[in-house]
Amino acid sequence: MIRKIALALLAAAIAAGTGALAEEPLYSALRGSIPLNDEGAADPMMPTRNTAEREARNYPEQPPVIPHSIDGYQIDINGNKCLSCHARARTAESQAPMVSITHFMDRDGQFLASISPRRFFCTECHVPQSVVTPPVSNDFTDIDTLLSRANPGRRR
Amino acid sequence: MTTTDKQDPRQGFLPRVWNFTLELLDVLLRPSSIFGLGILVLAGFAAGVIFWGGFNTALELTNTEKFCTSCHEMRDNVFAELKSTIHFTNRSGVRASCPDCHVPHNWTDKIARKMQASKEVWGHLFGSIDNRDKFLDKRLELAEHEWARFKANDSLECRNCHSAQSMDITKQSPRAAAAHERYLFPGEKTCIDCHKGIAHHLPDMRGVPGWQ
Repeated sequence: MIRKIALALLAAAIAAGTGALAEEPLYSALRGSIPLNDEGAADPMMPTRNTAEREARNYPEQPPVIPHSIDGYQIDINGNKCLSCHARARTAESQAPMVSITHFMDRDGQFLASISPRRFFCTECHVPQSVVTPPVSNDFTDIDTLLSRANPGRRR
Repeated sequence: MTTTDKQDPRQGFLPRVWNFTLELLDVLLRPSSIFGLGILVLAGFAAGVIFWGGFNTALELTNTEKFCTSCHEMRDNVFAELKSTIHFTNRSGVRASCPDCHVPHNWTDKIARKMQASKEVWGHLFGSIDNRDKFLDKRLELAEHEWARFKANDSLECRNCHSAQSMDITKQSPRAAAAHERYLFPGEKTCIDCHKGIAHHLPDMRGVPGWQ
């Protein structure tokens, strides 16, 4: 008898729980309030930030972001459009920043004469930026801010 | 003249051709005894109009994208690649078709290019690039022909639409404005020097100036 009551209670609890879940509109910053089993309307594609001005890195190891549009740039076995400006020999003409010397290094730490094959595909790390308001907020604080908070006015 | 043929029926082929030519020349040079001068002139004029109109219509027919993509070499390779680029699909829907870039618009240059292109008909008939691998093997050579042509005519086919005078560099991205100001306007470089591979995929670019 007790077991039966317990089962009934459990069933009632599950029913109430699922009912509450179904009623409660699920909200996510990325999905909005579209139910999980529905596909919402796609957000419009935003234009690429195309200022050609360098952006500060958030931490020293961050791969710099690409401050310009790279639509249609071919990077494959046949060629690399990025290197048309960013290769060492091209920077005088293009006035673009040279590919970092770390990219000449193979995985054994040996410096090669030019870009190491493992660093050939630029967009694996470097990405262009869109002009958007981020749907998810971010409270990242960079190291300089943290240090000056701990020791205001100290030299870094 | 007709009697000469009958005189010697065992005459060789060449003498008979020679005799026929002389006879034809005689007919062509003798003044007409039936048609008036005015009728001849008008008939000649009408025939000229029909010939010229027909010639140019046929020429323009070979100057359409439909004609270019009627062979699989173009349709499956270069045309397929064009479709994703800005010269095929863009915000305003203005687009370039094959002859806009690959055939000079000026008549004499067009005829010269069309005569060169007869070699492409040969290539199609004998299947010099009739599959993807053959095309990829020949791709650099084909591209180099076009680059050389653009370089030689100062990227004329680009400039048919993209005029340097009408280019408002304040509307361009800072990077594009700087490059155009520095290299295009002084005439130091021409469009194709920097804008290779904007309408089709690139071949193996090793050894091409400006590429790594």
